[in-house]
Order: sequence, then C-alpha cells, then structure tokens
Amino acid sequence: MTRDAGRRFVSAVFVIACGLAVLLALVPLAFVLFFVVSQGVQALNIGFFTQMPRPVGETGGGMLNALVGTLVLTGLAAAMAIPIGVISGVYMSEYKGTRLATATRFAADTLNGVPSIVIGIFAYAVAVLPFRQFSAMAGGLALGVMMIPIIARTTEELLLLVPGALREGALALGATRARAVFTVILPAALPGIITGVVLALARVAGETAPLLFTAFNNRFLSTDLRQPIASMTVQIFTYAISPYEDWHRQAWAGALVLVTFVLVCSLVTRVVTARVQRLRG
Amino acid sequence: MSRSLTRLVCVLAALMIGACGGGPPQASQQTANGSAAGGTLQINGAGATFPNPIYSKWFSEYNRQHPNVAINYQPIGSGGGVRQLTNRTVFFGASDMPMTDEQIKAAPGPVLHFPTVLGAVVPVFHVEGVNELKFSGPVLADIYLGRITKWNDAAIAKLNPAVKLPATDIAVVHRSDGSGTTFIFLDYLSKVSSEFKSKVGVNSSVNWPVGVGGKGNEGVAGLVSQTPGAIGYVELIYALQNKIDFGSIQNAAGEFVKASPDSVTKAAAGATVPDDFRVSITSAPGAGAYPIASFTWLLLYQDSGDAAQARAMVDFVKWAVTDGQKFATDLGYAPLPQNVATRELDALQKIKVS
Amino acid sequence: MRSELLFRVAIGACAVLLVALVAAIGLELVRESSLSIQTFGLRFWLTKTWDPVAGEFGALPFIWGTLYSSVLALLISTPIALGIAIFISELCPAWLRTPLVFLTELLAAIPSIVYGLWAIFVLVPAVRQLEASTPAVLRALPLFSGPPLGVGMLAAALVLAVMVIPFTSAVAREVLKTVPVVQREAAYALGATRFEAIRSAIFFARTGIVGAIMLGFGRALGETMAVTMVIGNNPQISASLFAPQYTMAAVIANEFTEATDELYLNALVEIGLVLFIITLIVNAGSRVLIWAMSRSVAPAAPRQAAAATAA
Repeated sequence: MTRDAGRRFVSAVFVIACGLAVLLALVPLAFVLFFVVSQGVQALNIGFFTQMPRPVGETGGGMLNALVGTLVLTGLAAAMAIPIGVISGVYMSEYKGTRLATATRFAADTLNGVPSIVIGIFAYAVAVLPFRQFSAMAGGLALGVMMIPIIARTTEELLLLVPGALREGALALGATRARAVFTVILPAALPGIITGVVLALARVAGETAPLLFTAFNNRFLSTDLRQPIASMTVQIFTYAISPYEDWHRQAWAGALVLVTFVLVCSLVTRVVTARVQRLRG
Repeated sequence: MSRSLTRLVCVLAALMIGACGGGPPQASQQTANGSAAGGTLQINGAGATFPNPIYSKWFSEYNRQHPNVAINYQPIGSGGGVRQLTNRTVFFGASDMPMTDEQIKAAPGPVLHFPTVLGAVVPVFHVEGVNELKFSGPVLADIYLGRITKWNDAAIAKLNPAVKLPATDIAVVHRSDGSGTTFIFLDYLSKVSSEFKSKVGVNSSVNWPVGVGGKGNEGVAGLVSQTPGAIGYVELIYALQNKIDFGSIQNAAGEFVKASPDSVTKAAAGATVPDDFRVSITSAPGAGAYPIASFTWLLLYQDSGDAAQARAMVDFVKWAVTDGQKFATDLGYAPLPQNVATRELDALQKIKVS
Repeated sequence: MRSELLFRVAIGACAVLLVALVAAIGLELVRESSLSIQTFGLRFWLTKTWDPVAGEFGALPFIWGTLYSSVLALLISTPIALGIAIFISELCPAWLRTPLVFLTELLAAIPSIVYGLWAIFVLVPAVRQLEASTPAVLRALPLFSGPPLGVGMLAAALVLAVMVIPFTSAVAREVLKTVPVVQREAAYALGATRFEAIRSAIFFARTGIVGAIMLGFGRALGETMAVTMVIGNNPQISASLFAPQYTMAAVIANEFTEATDELYLNALVEIGLVLFIITLIVNAGSRVLIWAMSRSVAPAAPRQAAAATAA
C-alpha cells in the first residue's frame, strides 16, 4: 500500500513541477511585457511617430526615421525573399524525392540556424565592401536572406498539405504542371503561405545584429536605397546604451511598438490558420 | 537528361555567386558616400563618441540653416571612424586620437586633420555617500592596472583625508570599442606611470588588465551610474548630463583641478600646435591646467573625388570653427584658441573642391 | 514534355539559388578571414589573448564565453522547457492548451533587442542585488568570485535561458506528439501513474528530445544582441558567474565597425566562421536526431517535427 502511495506521491509532485515550469516560463514573459508596456506608454505620443530625433541632450523628438527605415528594410527583404522562398518551396514539394529537393531542404534548415550576426558579415562582404557604402540595400539583403528559409519551408509544408485530389483534378483536366501549380495548388495554399510571410516579417523586423554594419544608421529621414538608413532595432540599441533618460524612454516606446507589431502578426497568423483548418474540415 | 541539366544550372549559379562576391567597386565616385538625390546632399560620417553631443548639435543646427545639406554622423568610436574613412565607406571621420603615421600611410589618399573643439576626459565614480574625490595620475594608473582594488585603499585615502571611504571593491569600467577617449586617457596615464606605459600602452583599443567594457562614452557612463563602486572615464559632458560624480586630478603643477571649459583652455594655452594640427595636450604644464584635456579632430581627404560633398564639408568646418564655437561651453567643451581656428581656415583651402 | 522540363528548370534554379546561398555564406566567411587564417593557423582557436594593439588575436576567450553561457542557459532552460512541453501535451485541460501555446510562441516572437532592453534595466539590477547578497562563504568559491557588477555571465545566461525556452519546448512538444498513443495507453493499462506513463513516453522519444535540447543550444550559441548588452565585454576566461566575459557574437557586434586594420577585421570574420561552423554542426546534429526519432514512428510524423524545427 505504501509503495503505491509513494508512486502516486511522486506522480503528484511531477505534475506540480510541470505546472511550476509553465509558471516559471510565463513569469519573465509577464515581466518583459509589463515593463515594455508601462515604460513605453509614457513616451508614446504623436510626436514619437512624426518627429525626428533631437540632438543629444535635448528632450523630445521621435523615431520617425527609424519607423520609416524599418518599413523600407522589411519591404526590401520581402521583395527579395518572397519570390525565392515561395518558388523554392514549390520545387521542394513538387519534386519531393529528388536530390536537389533534399539538398534544398537541408540548405533551408541550415540557413535558418545561421546566427544573424554571421549573415550580417556575409551581407557586409557582398553588399557593402564592393560598393564602399553602407546602404539600405545591404540591410535589406541581410534581412531577406533570413526570411528565405522560413518562407520556403512554410510554403513546402502547406503545398504538401493540399489534397492530392486537387492536383489530380487539375492534371486530369489537361493542365500542364506549371498551370496546375500556379493556378490551382498555390491559390489553395495561399492563406497559409501568407501567414508564413507574415511570421517571417515579424521575425526580421525585430533583428538588430545584421543591420549594425550593413544599413548602419541615419539621423535623417531617408528612403534612398543606396544610403544608410535608420531602423527601430538599431535605434533602440543606441538609445538603450546611452546615459540619457529621455532616450531610455524612447527606447521603451520603440520596444512597445515592435512588440505590438509582433503580437498583431502572431494573432493574425493564428486566426488565419484556425480558419483555414476549419475550412478544410 | 534532367540530371545533367540540374548540374549545369548548379554550376551556373555557383559562378554567378562567385562573380557577385568578387566584383570590382562599381559605384561612381559621385554617389560613393553621399547622394544628391532630390536636391538634398547627404553626407555620411562616423567616428568618436567624445564630441557626439556637440557634433549632433552642430549638424542639426547646420541643417536648420542649410536644409539641403544633411550630415549624418554616427558615433561608433574613433577607431571605427578611422577605419570607415580608410575604407571610404564614409565621407569623413572623427577622432580624438590623431591618426598615426602608419594609419595615414594606409589610407588611399592624404588625410587632413581639423581640430573642432577642446574636451576633457574625467574620472567618473559611483561611491555611496561620496560626491567629491581627489585623484592623482599614479593612483588612477594603479586602479586601472588592478593594483588598487578597494575604495578605502591607503593611496586614495592619503589624497582624500577628509572623506569617509567605504571598503567596497572598485568596479573598473573601460571602453569595449576602439576609442579616442581611451587614447586620451591612456596617453595621460602612460605619461604619469611608466609601469602603465609598458604594461598596457597607448592606443584606441588595448588589452585591459581588469574591468568591464562599455560601448561608447554612453556605455561607460551608463555602467558607472548603475554600478555601485564603479569607476570609469568619460568625456566631461557625459558626466554632466548624466549627473555622475567626477573627481579632480592633480596636474603637473601639483594642484587638484576639476575639468571645466576654463581649465581645458588653460591646458591648450601652452601647447605648440604643428601645421598638421596633430598634437597631444595631456598632462599640460601651467597653473590651473586640467591634465586630461585634448583636441578632437574631423578627418577629411585632401582629394576625396566628390566635389559637391567636399565643398559642403569645407563650408561646414568653416562655420564650425567660427560660429559653431559659441555652442561649445554650454555643452562642457572649450572653444578653440583663436590662432588655431585662423590657421584652420587657411588649411581648409588645401581641400580639393572642384 | 518540353513545358514540363522548362518549368522544372525554372523552378529548380530558385532551389539551386538557395543551396548556392548557403555555400556562398561559407565561402565569403573563409575569403574575408583568409589573412587571419594564414597568420595564425590553428593557434587562433587556442590563444587566450585578444590584443588589437599588438595584433595578437585568439578566439579562445570567446569560444569559452559562448559555450559557458550557452551550457548554463541550457541547464536552466531545459527542465523548464520540458516541463512546459509535457504540461501542454499531456497534462493540461483542452481549453488551456491554445492560450498556453500562444503564450509560449509569444516568448519566441519577442525580438532579441527587447529582451536586451529589459535585461539592462530590469534583470541586471536584480542580478546585482543577488550577487551583492551572496554569503561570504560562497563568495570564496571561484564560481562566485568577483565584484557584484550585475553585468556578467550570470545575467547573460539568464536572459539566454528565457529566450531558448520556447524553442526547446515547441520542438519537444512536437516530438511528444509523435509518440504513438498506444504507448501511453499500454502504460496506463498496466496501472502506471501519470508520471510513469509520461516517463515511458519520454523514454520512447528520447532521441527527439535530445534533438530538441540541441536545437535550443544552437539558438543560444548564436544569440547576439541580448547577450551583448549584459555580458560585460571583457575577453577573459573565468569560471565565475559574476565575471564580465565575452561571446563570439558579442565581440563581432561590438568591434566590427571599428576594426582598425585588415588583420583585425579578418580575425573578427574568422570568429564568425567559427560560430558558423559550430552552429551548423549543432543544428544539423539536432535535426538528424529528430528525424531519426520520427522515422521510427508513424510516417506522417516527420513533417510535423520538421516543421517545428523549421519555424
């Protein structure tokens, strides 16, 4: 009897331990969100979104150049990564068993695991050094390279989930492979692919390291792709390590904007995925 | 058939990537480090964090007066400024440490130095209950060598008999990046301590015997203000704006002097400034002179190849060493001696603007 | 058919581009560090000094800092991550599942710079308090020696642990999902307690779980910003949790734009190369383990597990 009770006790302890683990993990999350919201809200005003940074020591100003910069950089990255990522995903799903597909899958997974700072070095070597210029292009390249594997794998996943009946139906009606893929299968998987893109965007919008020596930074508002450009993440970093209270507050506000953006992307992704799954039945 | 085709495509792709990576610099000189798009001339520069407060004031003010000239300055450290200038990834550099002969030789063309303001490096500290401290050069050197490890050490107590020093450990803070501020500080320490000179040496980035590295003047100021028992070195304005206590230092005449625009000007008064403006004024002789003072320089190529940007920078420097000097004292810097400014206006003519 | 072939080649070119991209990264790293490789050779990996003035560069302090911080992070995060994975997949009521999964995903989605910001202003002062209040008897140990700075190995390990938890737990969850239901039902049928049934499932999935842990490890190795802001930036090799140290990613982030000569820059890129190789091996290893595990189960499993690793 005691042996039984002993086992049950151990089991109960284990269950509690697992519950504690969940709480332990949620504590820092709550902490981070609490601070970001409480500190960030103080500095968040219209001026934050519409004004440029003020010189060192002057209060006020905003992060307009950084906001625009992040939009430009993620736009560049998406423009580069979406075609390459989606089409690679198509190849990996259509020609699943071939060596190239396996190699591509391996490459995508590898690329996913490469630290972002190393991708920054690559972008510096390829897009900054030859042109002797820090530029938004180089920053966009670095971010794009990071987005490609996420989009490629998500696309492959979703295309494989499309019911075989759809493909067979299209082919049976006389469509070429290309037609079948682009007019039937891709559209069927489109919501999922879009959520993959949104997730990838949320991920790279928060990246700092690869931008440090590619896009560099810019005090002024600039949309010139061949010039350095500001970004939310690098600006937050610069402000955070400074000794000025006003800049610290702006860093929290920037963090709040970033976290809100990421949260919205996650929610959108979940909602769309749920709806797609419900449609599929 | 498909297999060999795949192989061919692989080879072609590999060739493409290879060619792309090894391509020669294609950008035309016109748009090398700036752009003239849409009427606004954008000029990129990078370098010292030491003068960042006044440079950001100047560039903002200048942009207000000349809305079509946007000078984008990034404070990444003097070492970075020299590096990026040499690489030509920025149009101008800024450094608190004059370029060495080797660095000048390594640059693709002759680089001219233009002093902009005078500044001071101060020893900031964070000790509970203590607001004023006196330091001497040898004591500072020993702290940074790791020889003096506690605040109530005999050497510090001797200089500060009236102060109650706690028994806390000294948390040494230095720069983690390549810094002209570091150079100025080390230049001084090496002048007052031969052991320091041989053990650590003088450069913008060294192998520190002890301590934590902060990034930029901002990083050091932040670390010191947040860490009880910490000591660090920053440009005067960072200590003032961040309201961190900083100490006075015994100068060559034996007096304990606190950094101020006045004591910095006295340090520069006795200096002989050569034609290329590269000079060190640490441990300056004379009454009331602050021992850790320095010029800070803007670095420009004599022949940059970009006339528009060169012209704009020359105009800016002319403004900075004349009208711009009025902003100096408010921000804790000392204005340039009059004769230095006049000689600079002459030297600016050497820059190729057409 | 010709259009079929054209389609295949056109699409295949993109796939080839992806593969070539990974190869190109490796090649560029080697190319931009060639001066350093030639100058130092294998010594680079074993030298303790990082002295830009003297031109002496050695990667050992950074390799140490990276491995130490990542292993510590792993020690802290693994029990918590596995606990979460087990709770969500085995113990939690259905209505709680979705919000919990969402919250752990949120942990993963928060940008690294935001963690860094929080770490500087919230975690470091707390760690400093903790360090200052360490009893003297512990302070004597090399593990806890040094002034209470707040920044240092401990703060870095903590923030890394927080960032790694969601990765390890997401993959562990997927892996646990692939364990056949039969396994657990059999355990319950034999009268096992909750704990014992779950234990048998974990044992069954052990390869995959090790893979999940390795994936978290790989993530910790490459983390840059959050670590840079709290590790103290001192290239020293120290066993002390309180000591400021330096990781490979952090030194590249801090010193890249300031490398004042070719050799310095090459040395930094070589560190990037070392980082690239180490993360490659760790990530590939983890994927092999997860794949091997899922292969021994139902055929539908690989895709889910692989998808979790890809995300």
